[in-house]
Amino acid sequence: MILPYFIVIPLLAAFLIPLVSRRRDTGAVVLSLAAVSSLLVLAGLAFSGLGGETLVYRMSAWKLPIGIPLVLDALSALMLIMVGLIALTSLVFSVRYIRRLGRDWRYYALFMILVTGMNGVIITGDLFNLFVFMEIALFAALALVAFGGRAHEFEASFKYAVMASISSSLILLGIAVVYGATSMLGLATIAQSLADKSPLLVLWTGGLFMAGFGVKTAAMPFHAWLPDAHSSAPSPISAMLSGVLIKTLGIYVLIRLFYNVLGAPPLFLDIFLGLGAVSILLGNLLAIGQWDLKRLLAYSSIGQVGYILLGMGLGTPLGMAGAVFHMINHAVFKSLLFYNAGALETALGTRDLRQMGNVTRLLPITSGTSMIASLSISGIPPFNGFFSKLMIIIAAVQAGQSVLALVAVVGSLVSMAAYLKVQRYGLRGGRPVEKLVGEVDVAMKAAMVILAVLCLATSLLVVPAVREATLDPVVKVIMDKTQYALTVLGK
Amino acid sequence: MTDKPAGMTLIIKTVCRLLVGLILLYGIYIILHGHLSPGGGFGGGVVLALGLLAVLLAYGREETLKWLRLGLLKDLEHASPLVFLLIGLAGTAWGGAFLANILSKGRLFALLSSGLILPLNVVIGLKVGLSLFLVVLAMAEFDLDKGAEE
Repeated sequence: MILPYFIVIPLLAAFLIPLVSRRRDTGAVVLSLAAVSSLLVLAGLAFSGLGGETLVYRMSAWKLPIGIPLVLDALSALMLIMVGLIALTSLVFSVRYIRRLGRDWRYYALFMILVTGMNGVIITGDLFNLFVFMEIALFAALALVAFGGRAHEFEASFKYAVMASISSSLILLGIAVVYGATSMLGLATIAQSLADKSPLLVLWTGGLFMAGFGVKTAAMPFHAWLPDAHSSAPSPISAMLSGVLIKTLGIYVLIRLFYNVLGAPPLFLDIFLGLGAVSILLGNLLAIGQWDLKRLLAYSSIGQVGYILLGMGLGTPLGMAGAVFHMINHAVFKSLLFYNAGALETALGTRDLRQMGNVTRLLPITSGTSMIASLSISGIPPFNGFFSKLMIIIAAVQAGQSVLALVAVVGSLVSMAAYLKVQRYGLRGGRPVEKLVGEVDVAMKAAMVILAVLCLATSLLVVPAVREATLDPVVKVIMDKTQYALTVLGK
Repeated sequence: MTDKPAGMTLIIKTVCRLLVGLILLYGIYIILHGHLSPGGGFGGGVVLALGLLAVLLAYGREETLKWLRLGLLKDLEHASPLVFLLIGLAGTAWGGAFLANILSKGRLFALLSSGLILPLNVVIGLKVGLSLFLVVLAMAEFDLDKGAEE
């Protein structure tokens, strides 16, 4: 069984790195790249070998209602692939980028702990275990946000720490309520036990989890920490945070809890819709106002998460397929945009759009890939963002929510305006840039090109044959709702 | 400030010197106690860290670092979770699942009747104790204007 290795491999790498590296970072780079690529291969094998089945691994060989299970189904396998992919490209991008701050193995050790936490959240089948892994990922993320060691980075990290602690306390309270009512901590056993408890209990726990994980997701009223944290972090870490962390700790857990454990109560689906609509409109609108490139990208993440929430809230298979599809796409193009921002920062020494100019001649790959990413995120065919947004909009119309469909369309136009601004001022401005202060090396270019190709390649997921093999098993796991419990418990 | 000897007064130093062995012993006692009864790696590890921190507070950083080999402590701190993982992997190899018990469980109510829990407790105690001590040490060394010194 390969399930524990998704946690063991990055954890092993995280603690081997300080032992093998002293002054240099070569060992750390090699170890972390090896760990993350093996994770990606394992996740790919797991997804293709799974075929819609669910694997359950009993830790310490304890029997199920007592022990902690690890559960791998299509949804977790897809998330593992997403984490592995973005982690790999971020590491490739990091090698040169982080050396500006010093040859430091600690970055790689923390990075591996971040991956451990995210993989743990994805693969565990136990609510408290999930909480612990979430905290592991959060603490690594807090340290990485402040990695540059400047005052405003500490400030962002502290703000993030306060918000994360408040939301974690709410989640812990939710877990306590669930445990008090059911005496269970396994997700599957909770799902079974909650079914015959009072509906008030579902409201209580659902409310606490919605607030707690809502902060991790950074949906609109809970978003205050995100623009600071995501723009202060080193660019590859911003890509990890925006690309996968808010989806693993936020979206994935919300889907798992509200669909597979609580059985998709209609009230909470309506809340998803509301949060989604507000995030789409305001997140994208606020993005237009920003002049700091990474801040603009961070606000735009809030808007894009709104689409995913909207798809989740519709509660139809098509809406859910759109949400899952948009989640993958957003991981790809938002990470790419953050790499572009990192490359521009390296080359020009600024993140302020007003001080940039025309770099198409000096940085052809950066400007080309950023054009592809901007087109994808604004929803221009044939790039992936178009298809996932289209799926969500069609699903909204089919579900009789034409107002929300209109909101999604308007939000998409607004986000296009934000990215026009990026292109117009940041990369294709009137004043040509004559001299670069830093070099964008081969590894950075490689990371950007890989994701740019994926922006186009993931469009293929909309082709019916490909969709049957990739998105449909995931949507089936989600839409089967509390069937999850029966599958895990082997009934 | 600089012409004063480092650390606190002679009284505190003497008391600390007498007590630190007992504190460490109590930490080890709690760690070893944890496999069958209340206690365990985390609590015992915290007591270990407190013993080391008492020395740090009483004698000041420079004296303490003369007495302790920092490199060795750091390596031990990084290696202990590796040992934990290796024990877990040994469970996959011989016990059927990650962290499954591979040692004899012994007789009920006998001293050695907890299988893998005892070695795991010792590893956790080491990790927690050293981590807490090193965290406080790192924070004491940190200077916001200059950044951390290696």
